[in-house]
Amino acid sequence: MELFSGGEIVVRALKDVGVKHIWGYPGGAALHIYDALFQQEDVQHILVRHEQGAVHAADGYSRATGDVGTVLVTSGPGATNAITGIATAYMDSIPMVVISGQVPRDKIGGDAFQETDMVGISRPIVKHSFLVMDASEIAGVIAKAFYIARTGRPGPVIVDIPKDVTAPHHRIPYEYPEKIKIRSYHPTTKGHGGQVKRAIKTLLAAKRPIIYSGGGVVLGDASPQLTELTRLLNIPITNTLMGLGAFPGTDPQFLGMLGMHGTVEANNAMHEADVILAVGARFDDRVTNTPSKFCPSAKIIHIDVDPTSISKIVTIDVPIVGDCGTILQQMIDQINDNKEILDQEALSQWWMQINEWREQYGIYTQPRHEPSAGDVIKPQDVIRSLYKVTGGDAWVTSDVGQHQMFAAQYYLFDKPRRWINSGGLGTMGFGLPAAMGVQLAYPSGIVACVTGEGSIQMCIQELSTCLQYGFPIKIISLNNQALGMVRQWQDMQYSGRYSSSLYEDSLPDFVKLTEAYGHVGMRVSNFDELDDKMSECFSLKDRLVFMDINVDRSEHVYPMHIAPNGSMRDMWLSKKERT
Amino acid sequence: MRHILSVLMENEPGALSRVVGLFSQRGYNIDTLNVAPTDDLTLSRLTLTTHGSDQVIEQITKHLNKLIDVIKVVDLIEGSHIERELMLVKVKANEAQRAEINHCIDIFRGQVVDVNVNAYTLQLVGSSDKLDAFLEAINYADILELVRSGVSGLARGEKILKV
Ligand SMILES: Cc1ncc(C[n+]2csc(CCOP(=O)(O)OP(=O)(O)O)c2C)c(N)n1
Ligand SMILES: [Mg+2]
Repeated sequence: MELFSGGEIVVRALKDVGVKHIWGYPGGAALHIYDALFQQEDVQHILVRHEQGAVHAADGYSRATGDVGTVLVTSGPGATNAITGIATAYMDSIPMVVISGQVPRDKIGGDAFQETDMVGISRPIVKHSFLVMDASEIAGVIAKAFYIARTGRPGPVIVDIPKDVTAPHHRIPYEYPEKIKIRSYHPTTKGHGGQVKRAIKTLLAAKRPIIYSGGGVVLGDASPQLTELTRLLNIPITNTLMGLGAFPGTDPQFLGMLGMHGTVEANNAMHEADVILAVGARFDDRVTNTPSKFCPSAKIIHIDVDPTSISKIVTIDVPIVGDCGTILQQMIDQINDNKEILDQEALSQWWMQINEWREQYGIYTQPRHEPSAGDVIKPQDVIRSLYKVTGGDAWVTSDVGQHQMFAAQYYLFDKPRRWINSGGLGTMGFGLPAAMGVQLAYPSGIVACVTGEGSIQMCIQELSTCLQYGFPIKIISLNNQALGMVRQWQDMQYSGRYSSSLYEDSLPDFVKLTEAYGHVGMRVSNFDELDDKMSECFSLKDRLVFMDINVDRSEHVYPMHIAPNGSMRDMWLSKKERT
Repeated sequence: MRHILSVLMENEPGALSRVVGLFSQRGYNIDTLNVAPTDDLTLSRLTLTTHGSDQVIEQITKHLNKLIDVIKVVDLIEGSHIERELMLVKVKANEAQRAEINHCIDIFRGQVVDVNVNAYTLQLVGSSDKLDAFLEAINYADILELVRSGVSGLARGEKILKV
């Protein structure tokens, strides 16, 4: 019988589970695994420049494809560097397996060189974790880890492997489990029949219904069902930051994003609704504003795969636990069978009301910001230019800040898995490595990373990875020479005291910096050249281009919820006007 | 209100720390905690008492169920049940005090399980209320040391937690 080392078993099990790419960074405790990787071609390893980059890249890969992102890091600093990425994936329920090297078994607990209790340190930010104490367990644990990561509510799973468990001299037979059974883990998929009936009854009785859908619909690949149900009933729909693209952004039934920087029409419609169908959304504080004032007249139906999301923040009238797509399909089938529709008279009045809000406040019906001209480039117009040049069909990753909100507002995503951002944790530094993940998954896809001069510097080292693997990412940096979102809050709440949100002329020359990394840098300072430069950028198909765009420094993101103590419909429309 | 959550889970390293971590991470309270392997050594039975609003208890129950190692969770307070806690108390007991302590421990159906010239070690089993009442009753005594096991319990009748 053929015998294998632990290191070889790790790699074989990854191959058998279907892994093609693994992102990582080597070090002592992981070297046996790296040696096994070197001796095969099924699993390709991508060497990043910082472990945070590896995790975000695997995360971006997963968000774009739906596959489980895979990471390999060493013990100690390798493991701790991965933590921010793992927390990012956890908050957005991204399926991921992180394999970390650990010190040899007999050294665990002795403060050995590069020892850190990875299972302990990651415990609050993982779906599950394993410490593998014997080579014979490796294949089974890896199979289970991937199964847990991608089923139910997805999330990151850690597999921590002591170095001696992967040692080359200890050789054993390889056995990959044919079936995975975990007696304590049975995620619900199908929705409870009675609850589905109640949900339909509640929804069809509505006079002012709205669908509020979130990242769960994207993760559950339930976009077709969501779109079908929404169109079938002609109900207005809004998406969360995480749910953009699950329903086509250019469809007239789409009211835009809701929440803190959502559109007035979406937030007003939520506030006035009598029935809300929430799907794969979790009533995040960036959506609800003050929970006690949230949508006072609404009965709420909530479909979610995770029972703990139900009635966590807001009390739910009709909960349905299970897979979004399956449950939405159950609803569609029953509605079709019974040929029931909503009260059309009430529905058309509701649409009239919504269209009035759109006319009056909508950011899509008319620009709500000052026009760009000359050397004043409004950040919103950069996103519009990006949208135009890419035909609305790019993969857009983003960092965190004002630029992220402008991208979410002005790039209308018609497909799921195209908008890739750190919604839950709000991790600056996510955008560039996430774009690497997307580009690896879709080598000829158009991948843009919308970022700010602050965020991009948090993982700028990955420009080097991009050169090594030839990722032709387009970095659209909205340079407002400030930690813009921080400055906005300081304008609004701290009388303009810009405590540590400005760099005092210390920013690098991003064009030269990009060139030093072997890529193309471009600077845009005048509005008249914006579209042309944007087109030029995207015409360089096989090069990474960094566009350093000087945008208006004083711009704020609007609309914006009035907090604390505001309701959904209480919003700032500009620096002076409010709803 | 007080709740007694009884949890059947995998007897795996790290499982207990996930349960305890869940409580600290989400700001829930653990009043008592008791855990040991069952007759099936691959399983552990954990009993914890906690308090909170219905909404909080529901969330705790759901979060416990969500842990991969957890097989079943039940709130014993929801049905008729048996609950017991074990207490060992070491009290100063010289010649003069012994009679009174003996009398008291008899009333509470406890036992003296260790004796020395100056001290008694008493054992009491019962509901937490009963143990509290006993401590109240011997408040005149000089308690040297005290240890309580935390509550454990089972539902009455044929109701069981199983895989
Ligand atoms: C790692 C991390 N640290 C701090 C923050 C807090 N934060 C949120 S937005 C922001 C400013 C981002 O600046 P920039 O990337 O230039 O974007 P802008 O808002 O200017 O568009 C900061 C510091 C964060 N989200 N992530
Ligand atoms: Mg900035």
